[in-house]
Amino acid sequence: MSYIQGETGDWEIVIGLEVHAQVISNAKLFSGAATAFGAEPNSQVSFVDAAFPGMLPVINEHCIEQAVRTGLGLKAQINLHSVFDRKNYFYADLPQGYQISQFQQPIVGKGEIVLDLPDGSSRTVGVTRLHLEQDAGKSLHDQHPAKTYIDLNRSGVALMEIVSEPDMRTAEEAGAYVRKLRSILRYLGTCDGNMEEGSMRCDVNVSVRKPGAPFGTRCEIKNVNSIRFVMQAIEYEARRQIEIIEEGGKIDQETRLWDTTKFVTRSMRSKEEAHDYRYFPDPDLLPLELDPEWVEAIKSTLPELPDDKKARFIGEYKLSPYDANVLVSEKARADFFETVAKGRDPKLAANWVTGELFGYLNKAGKEIEESPVSAENLGGLIDLIADNTISGRIAKEVFEAMFETGEKAADIVEKKGLRQVTDTGAIEASIDSVLAANADKVAEFRSGKDKLFGFFVGQVMKATQGKANPALVNEILTAKLKG
Amino acid sequence: MTGLTHLTMAAALDGLAKKDFTAVELTEAHVKAVETIRPLNAFITETPEQALAMAKASDARRAKGEAGPMEGLPIAVKDLFCTKGVPTTAASHILDGFKPEYESTVTSNLWRDGAVMLGKVNLDEFAMGSANITSYHGNVVSPWSPGEVGNWSRQLVPGGSSGGSAAAVAARAALGATGTDTGGSIRQPAAFTGIVGIKPTYGRCSRWGVVAFASSLDQAGPMTRTVEDAAIMLRSMCGFDPKDSTSVDMAVPDFRAALTGDIRGLKVGIPKEYRVEGMPAEIAAIWDQGIAWLKEAGAEPVEISLPHTKYALATYYIVAPAEASSNLARYDGLRYGLRVEGASLKDMYENTRGAGFGKEVRRRILIGTYVLSAGYYDAYYNKARQVRTRIKWDFDEAFKQCDVILTPTAPSTAFAIGEKMDDPIQMYLNDVFTVPASLAGLPGMSVPAGVGSDGLPLGLQLLGRPFDEETVLRVGQVIEKAAAVTATPPFMA
Repeated sequence: MSYIQGETGDWEIVIGLEVHAQVISNAKLFSGAATAFGAEPNSQVSFVDAAFPGMLPVINEHCIEQAVRTGLGLKAQINLHSVFDRKNYFYADLPQGYQISQFQQPIVGKGEIVLDLPDGSSRTVGVTRLHLEQDAGKSLHDQHPAKTYIDLNRSGVALMEIVSEPDMRTAEEAGAYVRKLRSILRYLGTCDGNMEEGSMRCDVNVSVRKPGAPFGTRCEIKNVNSIRFVMQAIEYEARRQIEIIEEGGKIDQETRLWDTTKFVTRSMRSKEEAHDYRYFPDPDLLPLELDPEWVEAIKSTLPELPDDKKARFIGEYKLSPYDANVLVSEKARADFFETVAKGRDPKLAANWVTGELFGYLNKAGKEIEESPVSAENLGGLIDLIADNTISGRIAKEVFEAMFETGEKAADIVEKKGLRQVTDTGAIEASIDSVLAANADKVAEFRSGKDKLFGFFVGQVMKATQGKANPALVNEILTAKLKG
Repeated sequence: MTGLTHLTMAAALDGLAKKDFTAVELTEAHVKAVETIRPLNAFITETPEQALAMAKASDARRAKGEAGPMEGLPIAVKDLFCTKGVPTTAASHILDGFKPEYESTVTSNLWRDGAVMLGKVNLDEFAMGSANITSYHGNVVSPWSPGEVGNWSRQLVPGGSSGGSAAAVAARAALGATGTDTGGSIRQPAAFTGIVGIKPTYGRCSRWGVVAFASSLDQAGPMTRTVEDAAIMLRSMCGFDPKDSTSVDMAVPDFRAALTGDIRGLKVGIPKEYRVEGMPAEIAAIWDQGIAWLKEAGAEPVEISLPHTKYALATYYIVAPAEASSNLARYDGLRYGLRVEGASLKDMYENTRGAGFGKEVRRRILIGTYVLSAGYYDAYYNKARQVRTRIKWDFDEAFKQCDVILTPTAPSTAFAIGEKMDDPIQMYLNDVFTVPASLAGLPGMSVPAGVGSDGLPLGLQLLGRPFDEETVLRVGQVIEKAAAVTATPPFMA
């Protein structure tokens, strides 16, 4: 447990998250309109999305399948009977005057997410529920001095709201939760997890208490759109609440916003101003009944998820939990690694992927999907080390060239003449000339200055531009110096 | 050829088939009739050019041997159905200028089967009312009103909400009209104007493209002058629609074929709870007469009990406004219809909705908002849902003992404008016999059964098992024939 030190002692933060994840689907939750990001405003809007008179919602089965798939991926209970409700409130970007959501009977019930913490330990956080709902449109306040423009492209897009239990105690845990959830969603192919494009957004519930005390009054920070902001907002909000309580004040339950320029949370509306959403079952939609066999069929198509993959990497490849975590966090990384490791030394493969490759990608700001070095080519490089064509040191030089040009390792070695010299005659000749040029040092060595051996090796490698096979150099040099 | 407007649909189909007249001639006669009945204020939008173009196309199809089941029949459309390119108002100021880019499924089905549109008929605003007095476009006058045309001695209501539909059909300006029924909006105006109106089972007709009032109750249906015509038109209106999730995927029977006249051995349920206190003697008498007719035709009356009937009206006036308060939230001045500007978004909402909705609609939005509010939800909306389930069970039980249920349609004959208007509860009582079947989603039909002491039409209501419109229609026709009502409205085209 890590506590925050206040004036009056230790404080514990209690955090629960509501994540809104946009379902990967070509069509909206209740209409056939397209969902592509970045389209011309109001170009992906059906009469249903714009709430024209007499229009009716029809459930998009693919979105239901995606929600079930996600529920299964969170090891959650799938509710075969669920109900869509109307959440009523007025806003300009909510054309129907209500959002179709699920209130009392969500499609997915209790599940769990295992957090992988930076120290290699893990911790399980409960998932309370997952429900499906429609997204609203977008209000554009900056297009006109006095008017607000409305873009309904997002109106009706399917969202999964995934609600956690108040199980997290630090900002780091909250960050790890969002990262892990995003990773699972991406593995499942149910949400792209792209927070910059708004396909994943967080509402963060924060309260503080003295360790062991009952839960304090919580504040909800709405619509936080990056993991960094989630963590910053929690830190700020916890300290704000502690300060108020320690000064004798009381926390008001309210909705707050994270100000991304001032790095503070600001009050948005108090409990008194909270909407009365007047939820009731949407009479335009029948209750959703799922066939258990259909759910089973989806279950049978689930991919291997991060937790299982991690366990397998540790067991099968003998990787450290840390390396395994790093590799399974994204499916593309794990796939890349497995391609490299196939038929090769897995530890060596993991080192090259997590070391050189991730290092270069990071510096270049590239995703693994954009890596100029393909998994096959990295494997080829490792093969050249294994069969003594090049040394490990030369390999790093070859990798740099591969990253720049995208060429195969063998081609670069060939072109640059980096092939390791294993011809004993050639090595002997080099050694002879080094020893001849350094007769004084040879004498010193022979009189007992053993440490000079390294010097001779260095000189030989220098003379061969590093291409001489180090084992052969050692062997011949030892023999010559003794003689 | 004024005689053409007095034909039944069945007779008109015969005449068209025998080339006695063309669809254009039939339509021209009706276009003229629509003009003649303008003093009734039955139409909000007349579409004569479209009607004639459709009639011409219909004649061409018939000539090619491609006549549909309603080929060439001119009808009126309740202005709650969205019609492509034709203003659709829901009789509300808030839909000013709204011209849909789409056609409702029900009207599409009718045009597919050859029907011709005469125009859009008046209704209570958003179908909320039982007298067609809440329309932004003015009230509809019943053609049964006594006195000089336009200078009536007593302005009778046609019933509501499908008052324009009822008036147009009764006054012989349309062979039939679409109606919608949420708590009795087809059956009660049919009874008030002496015509036939059937609300099919919930889910039979698609709600797609029909302006929503209360989604779990709204159901379209035909209003015609005979049971046979209702069977013809209902068949064209029905059918599964994947665009309406509550539409039911079931084959549509040939309802006309069900009209065999043979009801021998059929058990007719008479619910004792419908003998409400203070029921006028002539209503009780026509009900007894109906029982006698069916008995004569070989059916067996059985007393049944629908114990939760007394809660039906209260339940309806919670469920319907609750759904309406949400359904009408979309009329906010932003995307279509009326907009009254304001300094802020909230001001614009308030200005637009304040100006756009009439008093009755505002009342129901308020009731609906209230019953869904935190702290009241369980006491009102949730309780109403539970009672609704009980009401459904009542019918399930009853239909174990009978095949069809007979009741009066309305507690009185048509009243005059100005009567029952001060007290909304008094107005809501009009729906006392029609609402239970709406809550249960059952098919219900009103058939003309006679006239009251005031010479005004009286209707009897038949309720059937879910998706058993056929029995309802068959029994209805037996009553229609036995009653053989000859009275016609004093004002007809």
